[in-house]
Amino acid sequence: MTTTSVTNTEQYNYDVIRKFAIMTLVWGVVGMLVGVYIASELAFPVLNFDIPYITFGRLRPVHTGAVIFGFGGSALFATSYYIVQRTCQARLFSSGLASFTFWGWQAIIVLAALGDVMGYTQGREYAEMEWPIDLLIEVVWVAYLVLFVGTLMKRKQPHIYVANWFYVAFILATALLHTFNNLAVPVSLFSMKSYSLFSGAQDAMTQWWYGHNAVGFFLTAAFLGMMYYFVPKQAGRPVYSYRLSVLHFWALIFLYMWAGAHHLHWTAIPDWTSTLAATFSIMLLLPSWGGMVNGILTLSGAWDKMRTDPIIRFLIVSLSFYGMSTFEGPVMSLKDVNALSHYTDWTIGHVHSGALGWVAMVTFGSFYHMIPKLWNTKMFSNRLINIHFWLATIGILLYITAMWISGIMQGLMWRAFDDFGNLQYAFIESVAAAHNLYIMRAIGGLFFLSGMVLMCYNMYKTIKSGTTEQA
Amino acid sequence: MKHDKIERNVGILIILTMLAISAGGLVEIVPLFFIKETVEKVDGVRPYSPLELRGRDIYIREGCYLCHSQMIRPFRDEALRYGHYSLAAESKYDHPFQWGSKRTGPDLARVGGKYSNDWQTQHLTAPRSLVPQSIMPNYPWLSKTDLDYSDIQGRMKALRVTGVPYSTSKAEFDKNVKEFGEETAKNLHIPDAEKNLIAQAQAGNYDTNPDKLTEMDALVSYLQLLGTMVDFRKYDDDYFAKFR
Repeated sequence: MTTTSVTNTEQYNYDVIRKFAIMTLVWGVVGMLVGVYIASELAFPVLNFDIPYITFGRLRPVHTGAVIFGFGGSALFATSYYIVQRTCQARLFSSGLASFTFWGWQAIIVLAALGDVMGYTQGREYAEMEWPIDLLIEVVWVAYLVLFVGTLMKRKQPHIYVANWFYVAFILATALLHTFNNLAVPVSLFSMKSYSLFSGAQDAMTQWWYGHNAVGFFLTAAFLGMMYYFVPKQAGRPVYSYRLSVLHFWALIFLYMWAGAHHLHWTAIPDWTSTLAATFSIMLLLPSWGGMVNGILTLSGAWDKMRTDPIIRFLIVSLSFYGMSTFEGPVMSLKDVNALSHYTDWTIGHVHSGALGWVAMVTFGSFYHMIPKLWNTKMFSNRLINIHFWLATIGILLYITAMWISGIMQGLMWRAFDDFGNLQYAFIESVAAAHNLYIMRAIGGLFFLSGMVLMCYNMYKTIKSGTTEQA
Repeated sequence: MKHDKIERNVGILIILTMLAISAGGLVEIVPLFFIKETVEKVDGVRPYSPLELRGRDIYIREGCYLCHSQMIRPFRDEALRYGHYSLAAESKYDHPFQWGSKRTGPDLARVGGKYSNDWQTQHLTAPRSLVPQSIMPNYPWLSKTDLDYSDIQGRMKALRVTGVPYSTSKAEFDKNVKEFGEETAKNLHIPDAEKNLIAQAQAGNYDTNPDKLTEMDALVSYLQLLGTMVDFRKYDDDYFAKFR
C-alpha cells in the first residue's frame, strides 16, 4: 500500500487535481447557497432588499454559473486529470499548462459572478458571460484540450479507456458550442457590452443548441466519463458491457446535438426543426439508458455493498436519477406535454433532478473515493458520508416534488377555461398558488446545501489527516 | 472499421467525434439562415429607436428574461391572455433574442400599450403596490438613475455590424425612408442618436417626471413598444401559417 502511494505521487500530477477538488467544494457551497437564496427570494420577495446586485435577475446567473461551471466544471477538471493520468499511466504532459487551466478557470468563475451582479450580461441563459470572459474561456479551454489530448498521446496503454472518450467528446463539444453561441460584436474594445451576431429565430436556435448541449455534454457526457471510472473502481468490478459502452457513446454524442430545439416547441421557429428535435429526443432515451444500465449492472454481484458502503449508495442513486431524468426529458420533449410543461416550474424541477440527482450525487460519490487517495489517507467519517447521503436525497425529493406540483398546477391554471369560455384564472393567481411550494423548494435546497457543508467538514478533517508528501 | 482501431488512435477518435457532434447543428441551424420561409414578411417591424434600445439593454441587464418570456404560443388560452401568437419577424432585429424560457411572471411579448406609463413606472418601482401577490423585485433605482447614453452611437454601430439597418450615410438614410417611412428612418440615423433619444424621452415622458431623463424612461419606452409593431388586422392568419 505504501509503495503504491509513493509511486503515485511521483508518477502523477496530483497537485492540480487537489486544487480543483478543493475549489469544487468551495463553488458547490457558494453556488448552492446562492440557489437557496434566490429560491427564498421567489417565496419572499422582500429578500431582494431593493439592492440591484442581489435581485433575482442578477443572482440567478451567479447561481447557474457557480454550480455548472464552478462546481461541475472544477469537478470535471479534477476527475478528468485524475482519470486520464491513471488510465494512461502517464503524467499530465505539462504542469505549467495544468496550472494555467486551474487559475484561468477560477478567474473565469469569479469574473463571471462579478459581471452578473454588476449587470454585465449577454442575456443568454448559461452563457451570460460578456465577451472578454468568453475569450478567456476560449483560451483556457484550448489549453485544456491540448493538455488532455497530449496526455492521452503519452499513454503507456495501447487502448484509450472508455471514460476518456466521454471526456474528449465533452471537451470538443463544449469548444464548438461555446464558440458559435457567443459570436458577438462588442460596442467597443473597452466596453463590457456586446450584441450577439444572430437575431430572433436563428439566435434562439443557436442558444438552445448550446443550452441543451451544455446539459448534454458538460453535465452528461463528461459525468458519464466520471461514472465509467469511479463506479467500477468503487464496486471492484469491471464495466458490465464493453459493447454497450461503445454503442451508447456514439449514439449519445450524435443524437444529443439534434435535440436542442425541443426547448423551442410552439415558438416562432419553423415546425420542422422542433419536430425533428422531438424525434431525436425520443431516440436519445436509448443511449441515455444504455449508460445507466451499464453503470447499474456493473454492480451486479456486488449488491451487498449497497448496505455497507455509502459511496456506492451515492453512485447508485445518481444513476437512478440519471435514468429518471433522461426518461422525463424525452417525455417533456413531446409537443403535447411540452405545451403544458414549458414556461412552468416543471422544467426547473427536471433540471434539478438531473443537476442535483445525477451530476451532484455522482460527483459526491466520486470525490469520497478520490479525495482520500489524493491525500494518501482514509475518509475521516463514514457516518458523515451516510448523513450527507440522506440529507441530499431528502433535499432532492422535496425540491422536485415541489416543482412537479407547482409546474403542472401552473400549466393547468394558465389553460383553464370557465363555464362561459373565459380564462378561469388571472396570471397572478398562479403565482400566489405556488407560494407554499416555493417555500418547500427552498427547504429542499437547504437540505441539499447542508449536506454539501457537511461534506466540506468531512473533507477538511480528511485532508488535515492526510499528506501530499512523497513519503 | 473495428472499434479497436478508434480506441488506439486519438486522432481518429477526435475526427469521428467531431463528425458525430457537428451533424445536428449543421442540419437544423444552418438552413434557417437560408430558407426564406423562416421569417415572415410583414410590415411594421422596425429596429429600435435609440431610447428603446437603451431600454432593451436595461431589460437585459436586470435579467428580466429569466422570469418573463416574450414568445406567445399559438394556443387559445394564450391568445386570450396575451394576444396574437408571436411571429419570428417580430424579433428579427433582436440581438440577442429575448424569448425566454420561464414564466415566473406573465409573458411580455405584447405588453406594449396595455398599461399606462404611470402604471409601468409605479409597477417597476414597487410591484406589490399595484399587484399585492406579485413576487417581482422592486426596481426603485430605475427612476433615480440618469440614463447613460454616452455610447449610444457605439451601440448602434455594433448592431449595424450584425445587420440592423441603422444608417450612417445619406444613401442609407434614404433607403430606410423607403422601407420604414421618414419618421422611423430619422430615429435610425446614427449621427442624430443623442438628439433623437432626448426628443423621444421628452415627448413620451415615460417615467412621468419630465425634468429628468432616467433609466425608467428608456425601459418603459421599450416595454410600451413590445408587440405593437405589427398590425394584425392587415393579415389573414392563413398567411402566417405558411411560415410555420
